[in-house]
Amino acid sequence: MIKFLTKGILRDRSRSLFPVLVVMLAVAMIIFFQGFMNGTLNGMFLDSAVVSTGHVKIMTRAYKEESQLLPNDLALLETKQLVDKVSQDYPNHFWTPRITFGGLLDVPDENGETKAQGPVFALGIDFFSSGSRQIEIWKLERRLVGGRLPENGSEALLSASLARKLGLSLGETVTLIGSTMYNAFTTYNFTVVGTFKLNLGPLDRQMMLVDISGARLALDMEGAASSVLGYANSLFYDDTVAVALRQQYNKINSDTTDIFSPIMVALRDSNQMGVMVDWMNAASGIIVGVFLVIAMIVLWNMGLMNGLRRYGEIGMRLAIGESKGQVYRSMIMESVIIGFIGTVFGTAMGLGLTYYMQEVGLDYSAAMESLGSSEFIFSNVFYAQVTPELYYIGFMPGVLATVLGTMLAGRAIYKREMAQLFKELET
Amino acid sequence: MEQNIVIKIKNLTKRFPVGGDYFTALQDVDLTLNEGEFTGLVGPSGSGKTTLLNIIGGLDSPSKGQVSVLAQALNDTTHKERAQLRRENMGFIFQSYNLLPVYTVFENVELPLILNKIDSQERRQKVAQAIEWVGLSDKTNSRPAMLSGGECQRTAIARAIVHQPALVLADEPTANLDAENSHHIMKIMVQLNQELSTSFVFATHDEKIMAYLRRIIHLNDGQITKDEKIDNPKSAA
Ligand SMILES: Nc1ncnc2c1ncn2[C@@H]1O[C@H](COP(=O)(O)OP(=O)(O)OP(=O)(O)O)[C@@H](O)[C@H]1O
Ligand SMILES: [Mg+2]
Repeated sequence: MIKFLTKGILRDRSRSLFPVLVVMLAVAMIIFFQGFMNGTLNGMFLDSAVVSTGHVKIMTRAYKEESQLLPNDLALLETKQLVDKVSQDYPNHFWTPRITFGGLLDVPDENGETKAQGPVFALGIDFFSSGSRQIEIWKLERRLVGGRLPENGSEALLSASLARKLGLSLGETVTLIGSTMYNAFTTYNFTVVGTFKLNLGPLDRQMMLVDISGARLALDMEGAASSVLGYANSLFYDDTVAVALRQQYNKINSDTTDIFSPIMVALRDSNQMGVMVDWMNAASGIIVGVFLVIAMIVLWNMGLMNGLRRYGEIGMRLAIGESKGQVYRSMIMESVIIGFIGTVFGTAMGLGLTYYMQEVGLDYSAAMESLGSSEFIFSNVFYAQVTPELYYIGFMPGVLATVLGTMLAGRAIYKREMAQLFKELET
Repeated sequence: MEQNIVIKIKNLTKRFPVGGDYFTALQDVDLTLNEGEFTGLVGPSGSGKTTLLNIIGGLDSPSKGQVSVLAQALNDTTHKERAQLRRENMGFIFQSYNLLPVYTVFENVELPLILNKIDSQERRQKVAQAIEWVGLSDKTNSRPAMLSGGECQRTAIARAIVHQPALVLADEPTANLDAENSHHIMKIMVQLNQELSTSFVFATHDEKIMAYLRRIIHLNDGQITKDEKIDNPKSAA
């Protein structure tokens, strides 16, 4: 009998191909949409996290108070121990030290005379440790517009606009003029090996990236760091998790009487990010929810229609001696199979699209420029994000709704007198 | 002459709820049918022919009275048991054929045997034979859409008799057919009746069918008004 039914399903496209396609499209759309919301939101947070806060960030209480001044004299010391400890305590996150500093960049000519000069906002990040994942987080491979990544502490990346402003070309040397963490005057030479574009609006206009080892040498900060940034291993910002982590850490490690004791802040604690996080979470929840409900209604109806269409067949099968239960079960089985196949293909398609958008993105920088510069640190590219729930979210509308619709239609088998089932199709 | 009773109906009444009221479709029907009969329920539209046929087939249940078919009292059976009775011992033929469009003639005829869990070799043999009986051997692999009305109804007949049931119930089997096709399928059924001693009950108001019947039960407004034996029907040997 199963073979017989399968043969029928395969031959009747309105029973197989069409419903599978509908389920597939609905599921793919849900998944892509959810992935797109995830990615766009998270891309926003991640991009801002990269340049300022991480998902969470540890610094000294004193540094936190004056953080706009980049007070490296209040930096964290012995950061290696700190990183080791938090890595052990919070294995769902990875941790990386960072030095944030300002200064003046001086471009000398062949005689050592100043050719060009300008302010710089510099970051010493961990390029070389295997666990730091900074190149991945900064998406540097994609954002590099010229040259290559640094290979040692004295090599630097400049933002393309800064390099242009200073008239620098790759391979040239720049001198950083700044102050050490002991507030002494310092100069340090970096070789420019690459240029990048962050697509983060005004932020990268004056930016320089160096390895933290170079920054430590330049600023006399051996073993120290402005802050230690933590990222969820999945790179997906979950506000609840971040807040819980911050609470837990501070309770144990932060001493209100000691201004040099560490304190952790979450992404939402900085500037207007908290409101943003809440607003975006709510908005995406509502939008995806509405979308999910629509898809469920569509698929529910399809299940219902497919069942109704077949009352004649059902009546005939009952007449030649199938029991009601048998017919009902075979209808449900059929819709489960169709829902399942459609969902699997739809999920694959949705995930494929989402992955594609995750890798390639949708550049809307032109649109943003016409809107003028933004207060927020926006990524100029929309990305989608594949998150674990995308793998199962499609089953709700895809299988559940389809099957429920069929069940509702199939209930008629029990409720009506069998003889009625014929009449519905005799016409 | 000792004959087995195929259908025994006593005091059957069937009421349908209509709005808040009841409509009485069958009233105090008493009827006995013996094995091998070739009988018709005849009467004007709305007289209750289909209703009676459906009750005999266990597709509908009586409001009152006893119905026993093939020695089973339908009142005391479950849905499942009635399904089994239909599956093993009854065949249905409908006015609108009710063939499954995505299956071939062969597969449509095969379905009752699959339900009866007949193994595939025996199945093939029986299906081929049933199709031969109705004269469709050259259309074995056609789909219903490619068949004429007469051919569709012959397929439906093959499906109804492939498992050699004791009783075949046919509701207006010729209503959609022209005269020539009607006579053709009636002859087929007469032959099956004689060779396999299958009992047939028709519901009809088609004169062409009536000419073949050996017994005509007249229904009017849900009651049997006349039960006549035909002495010299076309179906006489
Ligand atoms: N499910 C139902 N609900 C209400 N009334 C019904 C139902 N089924 C049948 N009836 C009524 O019962 C009466 C007998 O119906 P039935 O179908 O048995 O007539 P019939 O003799 O087969 O007529 P026809 O020759 O037109 O097929 C009709 O008046 C019909 O309207
Ligand atoms: Mg009728």
